[in-house]
Amino acid sequence: MNRRRHRRLQLFRTIVLVVLGIFFLVPIGAMVEFSTRGVGINSPRTLSSFTSIFSYPDLTGAIVASLELAAITSAAMLLLLLPTMVWVRLRVPRMVRVIEVLCLAPLTIPAIVLVVGLAPLYQWININLSDSILTLGFAYLILVLPYAYRSLDAGLSGVDVRTLSEAARSLGAGWATVVSRIIVPNMSSAVLNACLLSVAVVLGEFTIANLLNFENLQVAIATIGRANAGVSIAVAVASLLFVFVLLLALSFVSRSGSRRRRVRVGVT
Amino acid sequence: MTALVTQTDAAARSESRASVEVRLEDLRRQYGSVHALDGLNLTIGAGELVALLGPSGCGKTTALRLVAGLEDADGGRVVIGGRDVTLLPANRRDAGMVFQAYSLFPHMTARQNVAFGLRMRKVASRERLRRAGEMLELVGLAAQSDRYAHQLSGGQQQRVALARALAIRPSVLLLDEPLSALDAKVRSQLRDEIRRVQLEVGTTTLFVTHDQEEALAIADRVGVMRAGRLEQLAPPTTVYTQPATAFVAEFVGLTNRLSGVVRGGAVEVRGVRIPLIAAGGADGPAVALVRPEAVSLSAATDTATGPLLGTVIALAFLGASSRVTVDLGDAVVLVQIPTADAVAYPAGTRVRVALRLDPVLITRDDATVTP
Ligand SMILES: Nc1ncnc2c1ncn2[C@@H]1O[C@H](COP(=O)(O)OP(=O)(O)O)[C@@H](O)[C@H]1O
Ligand SMILES: [Mg+2]
Repeated sequence: MNRRRHRRLQLFRTIVLVVLGIFFLVPIGAMVEFSTRGVGINSPRTLSSFTSIFSYPDLTGAIVASLELAAITSAAMLLLLLPTMVWVRLRVPRMVRVIEVLCLAPLTIPAIVLVVGLAPLYQWININLSDSILTLGFAYLILVLPYAYRSLDAGLSGVDVRTLSEAARSLGAGWATVVSRIIVPNMSSAVLNACLLSVAVVLGEFTIANLLNFENLQVAIATIGRANAGVSIAVAVASLLFVFVLLLALSFVSRSGSRRRRVRVGVT
Repeated sequence: MTALVTQTDAAARSESRASVEVRLEDLRRQYGSVHALDGLNLTIGAGELVALLGPSGCGKTTALRLVAGLEDADGGRVVIGGRDVTLLPANRRDAGMVFQAYSLFPHMTARQNVAFGLRMRKVASRERLRRAGEMLELVGLAAQSDRYAHQLSGGQQQRVALARALAIRPSVLLLDEPLSALDAKVRSQLRDEIRRVQLEVGTTTLFVTHDQEEALAIADRVGVMRAGRLEQLAPPTTVYTQPATAFVAEFVGLTNRLSGVVRGGAVEVRGVRIPLIAAGGADGPAVALVRPEAVSLSAATDTATGPLLGTVIALAFLGASSRVTVDLGDAVVLVQIPTADAVAYPAGTRVRVALRLDPVLITRDDATVTP
């Protein structure tokens, strides 16, 4: 009886895995297939679409800009959000709800609406401060808030922030030291997660950049797609791969961190 | 081994800075409508260990946090070594703190934890590790230096926390019920250990607890708190034998409440005239607070003892002494006598009860205090 139930569950799991796997892999497989097609009907597979990515200067510029934006947004997000969340938890706990609602609000606002609100602001910024694409970082900071907040919130609730920070402060640490030396090291995987989510959001963003007339990665892919579909799909595959590799690397980093601690348990 | 210990002791003493006096002046702190501290005055002498004792919620933790700078005072001053530090933030106060909750930094070894405060003070790395090792040795954990918090028992974690607080050579050491999360045996061991270390380094110390036994055992002086104020501040024996108020008498140790009548500087309880600790107060009905060890028992046939007859309803064995509960008909008294005597009075025995003529405290309110 129990065994049959177990087998049925196993079967159900396998089916779900296979169906979802097909759902994700078929489009990616199709993209790879399409981007490696030769020119003629029976011509052999070629990587020319991938190699010619670098012959589009606009495209490489857009890739670099998107990567820079991802880095800037992640850093700004951490600098802004982490100290705020720690401070609010310790000093004004009744504001925790308010901060949460504020941070989650961007999820409920469609990108188009956001752009309508941001457009005049960007007009002013572009005229008075800078017209660099990197100014998009402000908008992206808002965009990544909900994801980063959720991740950091989960990390913070696993740490006794109050006691640890009070202990550190009584030992002479200022607030910056408390956050960077005591809190972050104890929630490093949450911090990595928040960064990863921010990077993924920024690398995948199209609407705002397009409507504000900036050429980021996704906009460039769309533009090239009109001229050369093969290259456009190749870039899409490459960016997917890039995010995938990043994810893998980050999970290795956090795993090796916890393994180091586990090994010491064995030694003692 | 002995030589080694003596050497570190000497080193610890010679390196520790001179102890300083700590003064809490008229401290006030309010949470909404709750007066957590309602004008607390307390002076801790240089090198002294004062235990703040009181029921839960009386403001002990708040007092400690105000001294540490983790909370701002609504009024009053904190003076450490003659310097008014009321407005200084926690990280510039020079107060070492040991918390009730386990507070070691989980991502650091015991040694790194202890060295953290020195790192904040920009002490060079070698010197830092040397001193951290020394402090760990002082609390008997040299062998566990490289362990993380989760590899240490609760008692060991609190020892490391103590070493960490002392490593910065603080002007004042603050301990907030550091033993309350530990089991009884470890608790009394560590209590004695804390006292030994404190005497060794000579740091002025404020030790908060709700456990009267702990306070009486460890402190030079005990401060009994009630509702944000200090009720009595005195050496442990004085607090026990000459409580300043009924609250202190009932909170520190057990007491019997026996109704009687005050007349001419003594209280008459069931035909026995007992002198008062504090003379004064109008004549009239009152409740005498009599310690269980000031009551004695004898066989019901022994008419020389006095007229007070009762029935034993319970006998609790406490080790060398036992506690006998006697029903007098209209009241119940606790009696503490040597176990050797107590075995003669199993439950159900009729006994004669005698009150010793030790001075007692009287109270006129009927409120009972539950510690
Ligand atoms: N952060 C706070 N917010 C609201 N009330 C508090 C806070 N801290 C303490 N209190 C109140 O102040 C009083 C004293 O608390 P505390 O100093 O922690 O007592 P103790 O340590 O003696 O048990 C209690 O009534 C408690 O409820
Ligand atoms: Mg407390």
